[in-house]
Amino acid sequence: MTPENKKADKTGNDNAAVIDNATKSDYKYGFVTDIDTDVIPSGLSEEVVRLISAKKNEPEWLLEFRLKAYRHWLTLKMPDWAQLDIPPIDYQAISYFAAPKKKDSPKSLDEVDPELIDTFNKLGIPLEEQKMLSGMAVDAVMDSVSVKTTHREKLAELGIIFCSFSEAVKDYPDLVRRYLGSVVSYRDNFFAALNSAVFSDGSFVYIPKGVRCPMELSTYFRINASGTGQFERTLIVADDDAYVSYLEGCTAPMRDENQLHAAIVEIVVEDHAEVKYSTVQNWYAGDENGRGGVYNFVTKRGLCRGDYSKLSWTQVETGSAITWKYPSCILRGEGSVGEFYSVAVTRNHQQADTGTKMIHLGRNSRSTIVSKGISAGSSQNSYRGLVKVAPDADGCRNYTQCDSLLLSDHCGAHTFPYIDVLNDTAIVEHEATTSKISEEQLFYCNQRGIPTEEAIGLIVNGYAKEVMNKLPMEFAVEAQKLLQITLEGSVG
Amino acid sequence: MSSILQYTELYRDNAELIDKGSAPVLNKLRRQAFETLSETASFPAKHTEGFEKTSIEDLFAPDYGINILRKNLPVNLAATFRCDVPRMSTLTGFVVNDAFIPGHDIERKLPEGVIFCSLAKAAEQYPGLVEKHYGRLAPAGDATVALNNMLVQDGVFIYIPRNVIVERPIQIVNIFSSPIPLMALRRILVVAEQGAKASILVCDHTNDTTQNYLSSQIIEIFAGPGSDIGFYDMEESSPLTSRYSRLFASQQQDSRLLVDGITLANGKTRNDYTINLDGPNAEAMLGGMAIGSGNQHIDNNSQLTHTAPYCRSNQIFKYILDDEATGAFEGGINVSHGAIKTQAYQSNRNLLASQGARMHTKPQLLIFCDDVKCSHGATTGQLDQDALFYMRQRGISEKLAKTMLMQAFMADVIETVEMDGLRQRLHHLVEKHLHGEAAFCSDCSFTGTDHDIAPNPENSNE
Repeated sequence: MTPENKKADKTGNDNAAVIDNATKSDYKYGFVTDIDTDVIPSGLSEEVVRLISAKKNEPEWLLEFRLKAYRHWLTLKMPDWAQLDIPPIDYQAISYFAAPKKKDSPKSLDEVDPELIDTFNKLGIPLEEQKMLSGMAVDAVMDSVSVKTTHREKLAELGIIFCSFSEAVKDYPDLVRRYLGSVVSYRDNFFAALNSAVFSDGSFVYIPKGVRCPMELSTYFRINASGTGQFERTLIVADDDAYVSYLEGCTAPMRDENQLHAAIVEIVVEDHAEVKYSTVQNWYAGDENGRGGVYNFVTKRGLCRGDYSKLSWTQVETGSAITWKYPSCILRGEGSVGEFYSVAVTRNHQQADTGTKMIHLGRNSRSTIVSKGISAGSSQNSYRGLVKVAPDADGCRNYTQCDSLLLSDHCGAHTFPYIDVLNDTAIVEHEATTSKISEEQLFYCNQRGIPTEEAIGLIVNGYAKEVMNKLPMEFAVEAQKLLQITLEGSVG
Repeated sequence: MSSILQYTELYRDNAELIDKGSAPVLNKLRRQAFETLSETASFPAKHTEGFEKTSIEDLFAPDYGINILRKNLPVNLAATFRCDVPRMSTLTGFVVNDAFIPGHDIERKLPEGVIFCSLAKAAEQYPGLVEKHYGRLAPAGDATVALNNMLVQDGVFIYIPRNVIVERPIQIVNIFSSPIPLMALRRILVVAEQGAKASILVCDHTNDTTQNYLSSQIIEIFAGPGSDIGFYDMEESSPLTSRYSRLFASQQQDSRLLVDGITLANGKTRNDYTINLDGPNAEAMLGGMAIGSGNQHIDNNSQLTHTAPYCRSNQIFKYILDDEATGAFEGGINVSHGAIKTQAYQSNRNLLASQGARMHTKPQLLIFCDDVKCSHGATTGQLDQDALFYMRQRGISEKLAKTMLMQAFMADVIETVEMDGLRQRLHHLVEKHLHGEAAFCSDCSFTGTDHDIAPNPENSNE
C-alpha cells in the first residue's frame, strides 16, 4: 500500500468511526436510528456517496469511481421512452445505505401472509427456506450453510472465486479494478450511473483459465446474498476456456422492502469461454389494484471479448410491478455467440418493457433471441430489442423470434425490435406474432376432461417450453410450477 | 437555435401576403399553427424516438426560398413531364413547385360530380366541403403539420361523389422547377364518398438537378363507407431533393385502401403513412419499395391503427440498397381495445448489395386487444448464394443472375399495384435500375396509345 493509500484508508476508518458514533446516538445529527442497523438518512449527495464508501472501507480508486458516477448522474434525466407508466421517483426519499432488518419482521411462519405460505407449499420450498424468504431472521438456519461451506471448499480447490463484492474489493482489488465498469460504464445510462455511485453489494465470480465450474453457482446459496440491498452489483469474469453457469434469484416470491431496484450485472467472457446466466425473478408485484410492488430497473450486459466466446441469458420474469431491463451481449470476439431466452409474464397491473441487445462487432458472430411474452389482467408487456451489426463485422447471423400471448381483453402486448445492419454480409431475421390462446386448443383439452384453467396452464407451458428448456434442470421444474401458479385465477 | 424560428418569423412578417395568395378556409388554420410552432422547441431530431435516422430539424434547417408571392416560375411542362406510363390514359394535373395547374381540358374529361382541381380554388367554390375535411386528419398540434398548415397556399383537391367509379387513373405530377433553392408546401386532399372508386397516382420530379429543393407534403384521404381507393406515390427526384411527406387516411366501414410508396430516385426522403381503420370490416394494404444507390436516404414510417373490429391490414416494405445508400423503416401495427378479430400483418425485407449500404429497421406491434392475429417479420441480408450458384451453373452471368433475383425480390410489392400500365412500367423501371442505368422516366419513350395526357403547352407559360 502506498503512503497515500494508507492515509486515505486511515481517514476512511476515522470517518467510519465518526459515522458509527453518529448513527448510534438518538437523532443527535438528524440520523434515523429507529432500526437496529446501519442506515444513512434518506437523500443523495456527494457526502452520502463518500459515506457509503467509507462505511465499506473502500480504497480510494473505488471512491473516485463512485464520485465520478455520481457527478455524471447529476447531469442525467430519467429516460421516458419506455412503454411504461412510471410514477415519479423521489431519489432524495431513498436511503442509499441500508440493509434493514425491520423490527416488524415476522417472528414465526404463523405471522406470514397465508397466501404466501400457500404459494411456498405449491412450489415445494423447504420450511427453513420459507422462513428466510418471508423475511424472518435467518441467523440460526439452515442446512444450506453447510452446503455452502462444502461448495466453497470445492470451488477454492479449482481456483474459482465466488464471493461478495465487498470481499472481492478487499481480497482481489486488482481483478475488480480491472473489470469493474468495463462492460457497463458509469456513463451508460441513468440507472447505471446511480448504481455506480451508490451500489451496496453484490457478487463477484472469477473462473480461471481452462476451469469448468463443476456446479451451478447460485446467489441463493451464498449467505451474504441476503440483504445486498437495492443497488446490487454483479461482476462475472470467465477467463480463457472457462465455463460457468450462474443462477440469480429464485422462484419463491421475495418479500422486499425496497421499491426501487437498480442493479448492474457485468459479464466478461474471454477466448473460448462460456457463461450461462439464468434469472428467475419473482419479486413482489403489487396487489390486484396495482398498489405497491417493486420497480426492477436493471442494467445487464455481457462482453464476449474473446474469440469464440459464448454468453447465454435465460430469464423468467413473473414478479415486480415494473420491469425495465435489457440483458445484452456485445459480441466483440470473432465467432462469438450471444443467446437470449426470455419468458415474461405480467398480470394485474404489472408492466414489463424488457428484451435484449445483440451488438455484433466481431466477424462471424452469431446470436439467437427467443422471447415469449404472456400478458393477463390489465398488464402491459413489451418486448424491445436491438440487433446491430457493425460495418466491419462480416458474416454475422441473427435470428429473433418474439411471440406474445394475450389472456384477457384488457391487457396489452407490444413488440419493438430495432434492427440496424451496417454490413452487407449479415443475415438478420426477425419475426413476431401476437394472438390469444386458440379456442380450438382449449376445446380439445376440455373434451378430454381437462378443466379450462388447467388447460391454459398446459398450453402456456408448452408455449414457453422453448425457453424453459434452457434453464438448469432443477430451476426449470420450479419455474414451470411458478408459471402455472402465476396464471392461476388470472385467466378470464 | 431551432430551424422553426426562420419559418415563424417568415409568417409573422408576411401573414397578410400569405393569406392573400390563398383561400379563407386554408387561412383559418394559420394562426393556430403559428402559435403551436412558436411554442415548439424544435422539429423532431435524431434524439426523438421515431426520427433516429432522419432529423427533420436538419432537413428543414437550410434557408430555402418559399414562393409566398405566388410568382409563376416559367416551366415547360411538355419538356418536364415525362412521367408517361404507356397503355394508361390518365386524368392529369400538375403541381409546379406548389401551384396547381390542371391538365389540358381536364374538366371535360372528369366524370360528373368528380372534382379534381386546385385546393385554393376548391376552397373558394366549395367552402363547406373543403372545410369539413381540410386539416381534419393531420394533427394540428404536430410541429411539421403545423408548419404546413401555417404556410401552405395551394394544393390538390379530389372529390369523388357517392357511388361514382372513376375509370381512368387520376395523376398528379409534382414538379420542382426553380433557378434557386426552393421549398414547396404541398397538400393533397382526397374525399371519397360512399361506394366511390378511384386510383390516384402521384409522381415527384425535379426539373433542375443542380438545385436544392425541399418539399413538405401532407396528404389527407377520407375513404367513405364501401369506397375503394388506390393511392400510388412514386418519387423520382434528384440527389439534391429532400422530402418529408405525410399521409393521413381514415377508413370507414367496408372501405378498401391501397397505398403504395415507391422511391426510385431521391436525395433524402422521409415518408410517414398514418392509416386508421375507423369502421368495421375495412381493409388496408400498404406497400412500399425503395431502390437506393449513391447517397440516397430513404426512411419510411408507417402507423396502422385498428380502432374498429373485423378489419384487415397488410404491409409489405422492401428495400434494395447499393453503394452508400441508407434505408430506414419503422412500422407499427396498433390495435385499440375493442378492435376484435383484427388481422394485421407486416413484413419488411431488405437486401444490402454493397459494403457501404446500411439498413435500420424497427417493426412494432402495439396490441391492446386479445382477440387478434398480428404478426410482423423483418429480414436484412443478401441474395441467396445457392440460387446464384444455380443460375451461374446454367450459364447466366453473375450480373444478370443478380439482377433477376433482385427483380424477383421486388416483385411481390410491384404486384400489389392494381394499375396494369403502372405495374408493367415499374417492373421495367426496376429492371433498368438494377442494370445500373439511370432509369428515369425520361428514358422511357412516349409509346402510349393515348396521347391526350400530353399537357397543353399554353399552361406551361402561365
